Amino acid sequence: MTLEDLQDLAEQERERQDQKKHRVLFCSAAGCASCGADKVSAALKAKVKEHALDKECEVIGTGCMGLCGEGPLVKVQSDDTMYRNVDVRTAEKIVESHIVNGKKVDAHVCDTNVPFFTSQTRIVLENCGRTNSESIDEYVAAEGYAGLAKALTEMQPADVIEEVRKSGLRGRGGAGYSTGLKWGIVRKAHGEQKYVVCNADEGDPGAFMDRSVLEGDPHRVLEGMAIAGYAVGAQQGYIYCRAEYPLAIERLKLAIKQAEKAGLLGNRILESQFNFRIDIRIGAGAFVCGEETALLASIEGKRGNPRPRPPFPSEKGLWGMPTVINNVETYANVAPIIRKGSDWFAGIGTEKSKGTKVFALAGNIRNTGLIEVPMGIPLRTIIFDIGGGTPDGTEFKAAQTGGPSGGCIPADQLDLPVDYESLMKVGSIMGSGGLIVMDSTSRMVEVAKFFMQFCMDESCGKCIPCRVGTRHIYGLLDKISKKKATQDDMVLLEELCMMVKETSLCGLGQSAPNPVLSTLRFFRHEYEQLLQPVETFEGEPGIVVDFEK
Amino acid sequence: MSPVEQPKHPSGDNRFKLLDRAITKHQARGDALIEILHVAQGIFGYLENDLLIYVARSLKLPLSRVYGVATFYHFFNLKPKGEHTFVLCMGTACYVKGAEQIQTALEEHYQCRFGDTTKDNSVSFITARCVGSCGLAPVAVLDDAVVGKLTPDESIRRVEQVKLSVPEVVS
Repeated sequence: MTLEDLQDLAEQERERQDQKKHRVLFCSAAGCASCGADKVSAALKAKVKEHALDKECEVIGTGCMGLCGEGPLVKVQSDDTMYRNVDVRTAEKIVESHIVNGKKVDAHVCDTNVPFFTSQTRIVLENCGRTNSESIDEYVAAEGYAGLAKALTEMQPADVIEEVRKSGLRGRGGAGYSTGLKWGIVRKAHGEQKYVVCNADEGDPGAFMDRSVLEGDPHRVLEGMAIAGYAVGAQQGYIYCRAEYPLAIERLKLAIKQAEKAGLLGNRILESQFNFRIDIRIGAGAFVCGEETALLASIEGKRGNPRPRPPFPSEKGLWGMPTVINNVETYANVAPIIRKGSDWFAGIGTEKSKGTKVFALAGNIRNTGLIEVPMGIPLRTIIFDIGGGTPDGTEFKAAQTGGPSGGCIPADQLDLPVDYESLMKVGSIMGSGGLIVMDSTSRMVEVAKFFMQFCMDESCGKCIPCRVGTRHIYGLLDKISKKKATQDDMVLLEELCMMVKETSLCGLGQSAPNPVLSTLRFFRHEYEQLLQPVETFEGEPGIVVDFEK
Repeated sequence: MSPVEQPKHPSGDNRFKLLDRAITKHQARGDALIEILHVAQGIFGYLENDLLIYVARSLKLPLSRVYGVATFYHFFNLKPKGEHTFVLCMGTACYVKGAEQIQTALEEHYQCRFGDTTKDNSVSFITARCVGSCGLAPVAVLDDAVVGKLTPDESIRRVEQVKLSVPEVVS
């Protein structure tokens, strides 16, 4: 395929879509699929056929439309009407009434003129809910692979890196390292082979951003990886996807096959000298494999044990070769940056955090789902305007970001702008983007205990601070929650948290105490309420830790 | 490249042929170990010792390495599972929405702890770390189907339903 062929393909596909009078889109992402989207799509298709509308109306499965809590969602694209809670009966009515007679099914129409939709800025998710997630043609028609084409035909690899660096894009996996700088290091590093790895091991409980991108717009990730490959001089890419996401794996496999057939992956891409292949590696359920060195070990077919850094993977990564590792969302940002230029991207967000961030809203919040907002937006806007606040009038208590590595942000910090530095200041982290809202029914000691149990179970066991430390912290939290602890245990708890944080080998251990430290900081009274008064204390036998468990 | 030599499994079980095919596809490379264990578990349902020995010999890896990998990752089962599986999500969103109550209710009702299989070998109860459907919390995966917005009673009803294999009614 040449550049002209790519442009022709885009043109043809756009014409084909214009010829259709109606495009009925149904959300085929995991959230809607699990509440009956397949039956809805079957009903839509059957009705379209029954009314002999095949020529003018097409029914398409798209990526996540965002409002997962109100699924299954259906959208009639011609007049931008969204329907929520669609069942088979409603699906039939949509075709019979809306498509045939032009009369909307009012009972299920979802108002899209509300902050949930209007306050969002969509870059990563621009195609989710708009295009067929299983069609490369539709991706190309939506300016897909134009970024790769521009990089290959108009830019030198060094220019690509400079463009990404200037855009200010930072790693979306949580740590926030400059993507352009990382690529520059890999480009300069020596090695016969270089690799590009995509971290799709989205292990944080409560996070489903990467899943939605992979399911809804897999080609965007492939394009970003290919651009990275060109920039750093790699010919092989790996996507490490967790086994819990079968649909994402299936869609990725299909997308790779389509791209190879179209000459957009493989040898001599777009008739250039650039060759790039992508393979999928499937994880097997280990949270620690989201850590980059553990992930590389897992791709090599070993236990997912992290190793000390330096050397960083940028210098010695997969099989000892220089390796770029980025998160799904980071790669998904690359193609638009190349296509529209770094100035455009740098114009969104704050001084140090550019662009947008995808968040998965869940927990005690009215609008659960997937949103994408510009960096720097206040947390209050996300939770109360976009998320609609807590349901049933319960009182908002805390927002948890960053999963087991993050912290809880209390109500009085809600005007905090969401960017890497501000979140760090209150003891949380940006993380990959899970945002869980807790209301007054959540007890913070239990929450801290829950996360500590998670880290304890997921610790790989290689280094002692993490393996033993998390277990003892859990033991102390358990003791506190059972009202058996004293003030001495609180001192011990804090000391232990700092020790684990400072001395663990990898990110898992270093950040494992964060949920405890942040709840101690903002909700200390909840801990203290559970303590035994000193005078009635009759001597507990130290920390109770059940090693058999 | 010369064809990869495969030691034949003495039992003559035809399922090993399927496994051999996957091993050949990966050219018996040691770094494909996790992929091959996935295939093996897909074919046999769980990874028994004999199977691990077979994989180790085929990939020319020490058994310790294969066993180490199989026990490291949660996805691999070394014990057989029940006819049905109920995977309860214990992610943060589900936890906040009351997954723990569901766990307690099921454990009491079936007298079987999570991580084990019921005595009549009908259902295995497993907990998972977030299945990524947080919008529908609390969520469980019942025999590959995601069921959302569960309550303790609804969970028991769903489990009873699959035990009888009554086809799903559209709600």
